Formats: sequence, structure tokens, C-alpha cells
Amino acid sequence: MMQSKSTEITVGMFVAAGIAALFILAMKVSNLAEFNDEAGYQVTAEFENVGGLKVRSPVTMAGVRVGRVANIVLNSESYNAKVTINVYGDFDTIPTDTAASIYTAGLLGEQYIGLEAGAEEEFLQNGDVIDLTQPALVLEQVIGQFLFSKAEGDDE
Amino acid sequence: MPLIKIRDLHFYRGDRAIFEGVNIDIYRGKITAIMGPSGTGKTTLLRLIGGQLRPDKGTIEVDGQNVHKLSRTELYELRKRMGMLFQSGALLTDISVFDNVAFPLREHTNLSESMIRDLVLMKLQAVGLRAARDLMPAELSGGMARRIALARAITLDPMMVLYDEPFTGQDPISMGTLVNLIHRMNAAMGLTSIVVSHDVTETAEIADVIYLLSEGRVIEKGSPVQLKRSSSQWVQQFMQGLPDGPVPFHYPGTSLAEDLFEQETS
Amino acid sequence: MIDTIRSLGRWGLSSFERLGRGHLFLIRIVAGIPELFLRFSLVVHQLFSVGVLSVFLILISGLFVGMVLGLQGYNTLVDFGAEESLGVLVSLSLVRELGPVVSALLFAGRAGSALTAEIGLMKSTEQLSGMEMMAVDPIRRVIAPRFLAGLISMPLLAALFSAVGIFGGFLVGHGLLGVDDGAFWSQMQVKTDWYDDVLNGIIKSIVFGFVVTWIALFEGYDATPTSEGVGRATTRTVVHSAFAILGLDFVLTALMFGEE
Repeated sequence: MMQSKSTEITVGMFVAAGIAALFILAMKVSNLAEFNDEAGYQVTAEFENVGGLKVRSPVTMAGVRVGRVANIVLNSESYNAKVTINVYGDFDTIPTDTAASIYTAGLLGEQYIGLEAGAEEEFLQNGDVIDLTQPALVLEQVIGQFLFSKAEGDDE
Repeated sequence: MPLIKIRDLHFYRGDRAIFEGVNIDIYRGKITAIMGPSGTGKTTLLRLIGGQLRPDKGTIEVDGQNVHKLSRTELYELRKRMGMLFQSGALLTDISVFDNVAFPLREHTNLSESMIRDLVLMKLQAVGLRAARDLMPAELSGGMARRIALARAITLDPMMVLYDEPFTGQDPISMGTLVNLIHRMNAAMGLTSIVVSHDVTETAEIADVIYLLSEGRVIEKGSPVQLKRSSSQWVQQFMQGLPDGPVPFHYPGTSLAEDLFEQETS
Repeated sequence: MIDTIRSLGRWGLSSFERLGRGHLFLIRIVAGIPELFLRFSLVVHQLFSVGVLSVFLILISGLFVGMVLGLQGYNTLVDFGAEESLGVLVSLSLVRELGPVVSALLFAGRAGSALTAEIGLMKSTEQLSGMEMMAVDPIRRVIAPRFLAGLISMPLLAALFSAVGIFGGFLVGHGLLGVDDGAFWSQMQVKTDWYDDVLNGIIKSIVFGFVVTWIALFEGYDATPTSEGVGRATTRTVVHSAFAILGLDFVLTALMFGEE
């Protein structure tokens, strides 16, 4: 069957356009661009309660995205949650006494880990542990504390 | 030794018997005609020979090979040596006349485009339509389409050509052209031709042997001259195209007088 | 009473028969695919009639769907003060669901019915029979290239649909309703996961392409070779494709996006 040139050209354009659309979806729409920063290092931190923290939740420092949560497992000896964090390669000057806390973004938002820099002059390397951690706020505990302190306050 | 041997062929469609014990011999280099009234399954016979349908009983041997015992590859090899002319031409409607005739060459051979071009032009020349090679099938008249289909059927220089009702619905000139072509091709290329038709006049002009089929059996066989002199009334009615005879004019039922009488009394 | 049961049984048996025929048909098609890579021009020709000619429909539909998503999404989100998340809503809706599903439904209606009609017509004008007598297997020559073309086109069309739809959502969200463009894109980029969302959507559209093209080609090949037979086959293609797409979408979504 004879192939007309214009048929071949338009098919080529069609396939190119489809691939371009896929590319746009990859780069501009999804988080694929971030994956390039995966050349980084990993640190771990233990929390009493991770609340609604999920794998791939963001890890920020002063509001700047410095990494992602890579893994969350239960430490069967300490009964704490052991969180593994992927820190992007650019951020290699995080002090070893940095504190990690779990915050909630907005009222309905998802939870993330916020890092507060410490004062040490040594920096976190691959495999290090963040010792200072603060667990997620669990609503029932907060209300319970509030009611308890209110009750105490009334007694005086 | 006949090229095609059909022995004790039985074929049923549902409960209807299309063929019940048919024996046919087709000899090389001859034009054999299969004729009979409409609906006797003449087209079915061609399909059985080509292996598209399987007989319920009996054998069909083509060039010594039992058609229905062949593997798919072997059957395809056999079909490459058969050319078939369908009633409607069956040209591929989305490609040009040239591409249609070139189709078997492109599919089955590795010939260069320039060789294919030469072959196609020669085949088209043989049917007198070389100048129509760039037309699309939709632009062809029925007669022209059939001639192109004929050119396509002989592209691979087959050993035999099967013609399915080639004369049906043609104007006199197209008919004459086709008759002439079939005859000349058979002679020039040493082909074996099988013509399935119910056009007595045209077929009788070129056929060497005629088989007359009806109700699943071979009623008579012989040369056109022999058939015209046949003693069977049925054969005479068929060959001469008489309106009444063994095949009655009136659909069987009560007589006219009875029907009219019944009307008056009800 | 007995008659209804009998006809029900007959219908059931013939449905199984059809199902079997359809699968045997598929096996023959798949067997014929490897040799297509040597004769890719056949596939290219089909990519044109199946893919390129559907692009216009997909682009326009995608644009409108995206714009409507922008409007409706904004109306709903603004009640929660969450209109900045419009980008997320538009992109996830399109990439996960609307892109693959709607483009597959449109494809079935436009390209699928055209394929069925084409094959059905080739059958009724004895072109397929003629090819067989010329020792060319019509399934390898005619059906398989169309199948491969459908399989390749579907994910490309779904991607185009989603991309154009997101742009449409942006046009309405930012251009018309004043959502901050930075928030629109940045939130979207964070929450739209390449693997979980985009790739899953592409996988869906490949599955849809496989099934819709298969149905379209089989209905044409199996059609009664009369004009009304072909007409009925075309209708069946669209209806069966719709059921298949929506049913498979549920199964795939449950598999991909269900809770771990």
C-alpha cells in the first residue's frame, strides 16, 4: 500500500504531540521534577506519635522544602514510630542537634515534619539520627489536657 | 489425470442438502462449466474447492492434494496457485486499481517495485485496462471491476482460475469482452478454468465440458453440443430457457377454478 | 414459560459461543503483531485514521471538560476557603479518571464505530474472503494493524485530553475566577504524583485501548454481512465498549487507588 508523505507526517506529529502531552504531565503537572533531587541522604527520627503523617509527606525547614518522608515503621523495642527522611542533596548543612516536629498545614491540611536548626557545628550525614523530636498533636489529648487544666484551675 | 477430483461430495447447510454425492472431474487446460438453477450451491462448490468450507463427506483433491487435510500454511501455498474471480470483483476499495492488481505480488513476493510495475502493467494490458490503473474501484463500472479482478487473479500466474458467476448482470458488450477474455486467457496461458454460471448462451460458447447440477446432484455432464441434444426434458428446458417444463411455471397448489369457486362460496 | 427459559438458555449459549469466538479472534490478532514491526507502514496508515483523525475531537472535549472542572471545582472549594487547591482538583480528576475514561468513550464512539463499519463493509463486499483466496490472512493484514494502532493511540489521546483539560481548568480558574496562578500550579505539582496518578492513568488508558479496539474489530469481523447487520454491529461496539470501559475503570481504580 502506497504511503502518502502527508499521512506519515501527520502521524508523526500526532505521536509527537501525545508524547509532548505526557512530558508536560510529567514535568509541569506532577511531582516528577522533584525526583531528580533524590540524590540526597537519609536520616531517621523517632516519634511517640506520628498522627496523620504519611510516606511522601513533606519535610521543611523554615518553610522551605528540604526533603520527604521515605518510610514509617514501628520500632518494636521502643514502641515509637521510626520515620526515615530523604533529605535533598542541596541541604547538607543541617546541624546534628536539629529538632523535628510534626505540624499540620492549615486547618484541614495534611501533616508535615518541620525542622528547627540547632546550634552544633557538625552536620547530619547519611544514616544519622535526629534525637530531638516532638510528636503530632492528637486532638483528644489536647482537649483532655485543656479540660484537666480547667478543672484544676476551678479548684483553686 | 484430472487436476481437480471431486468424489462423493456431501455438504449440508442446516437441514438442507446442498450436495449429495457429487462427482466432478476437472481436466487441465480445459474450461469446465458448472451450471444449474439459482441456489444450487454453485458458489459453495468454489468455496469448497478453495478450502474456505469443509465438506460433510467426500473428498476434493487439487493437483493430487486433499484440500481439507492440508495445514494452514500448505493451504495458503495451494491458494497462491489458484486465482479466484468473485461475483462482485471483491476489489479492495481503499486502494487504486494498480495497487489492487499489485497486491498479490507485494504480499507474496520480494520483487522490486519496478518489476512489480512491469508485471502489473502487463496484466492490465491483457484485460485491456492498462490506462485505468490510477482509478479507484468506486470509479469503475461493474464490467471494468470484473476485468480488474481478473487481472488480479492471474497476477501470480496461477495454474487455474475459478470464475464465480462472471456474466451475471452484465451488458452485452461487457459480457462479450469477458467471454472473449476467459477463452483467450485459458488458451494463451494454458490455464484450467472453472466457470460457475447460469448464463447458458455465453457459457456454452466457451466451455469444453458442462456439468449440470440440480438439487445436490449432477444431472448431466458433457460438451455443450451433447447437452443441447440431450434426451432429458429438464436439461432441454434449462438449456433453452423455456418457461414451463419439468420445472413448472405455476407454484404447486390448487387449480384456478377451485380457488375462484372457493371465493364465491365464502 | 418453558419457552422463555429455552430462549434464555439459547441466548446464554450463543453468548458463550460469541465470547469464545472473540477470544480466539484476539489470539490470532496477537499472534500476528510481531510481524507488523517489519511492515510498520501498515500500522502508520491506521494510526492516521484511528489516531490523528480523533485528535480534534479529543482536544475540544478535553478543553471543555477542563473548563467545566474549573468552574464547578471553584464553586465547591470556595465554600471551604480552599479555592487555591483548584489546580489539585482539576489535575487529579483529569489524570486519574476523566482523561482515560472520557477519551476512551469518545474514542469508542468515533474511531471504534468507524472500525466496525469498515471491517463489516469489507466483509459484506467479500474483500476479506477475496484476501483469503489470495492466500493473505485478513487478520494479519487488515485487523492486526488496526489493533496495534488503537493500542498506541489511546494513551496518547488520553494524555492530550488531560493536558488540554488542565490548561482549560487554568484558563477558567486563573483567567476567569482569579485563582492565584502560582498557587494553582505549585499545589498541583506537589499533590500530583507521577507514579500513582499519571502513570496509573496511562495504564488505564492502555487497558481501555486494548479492550475498545478489540471489541470494535471483533464486532465488525463477526457482523452479519448486510447493511442492517453492519449497522447493528456498530451500535453494539459503542454500547459494549461503554460497559467495558466503565466496568474496567471501577476494577482498576479499586486496585490502584484503594487503601493499601
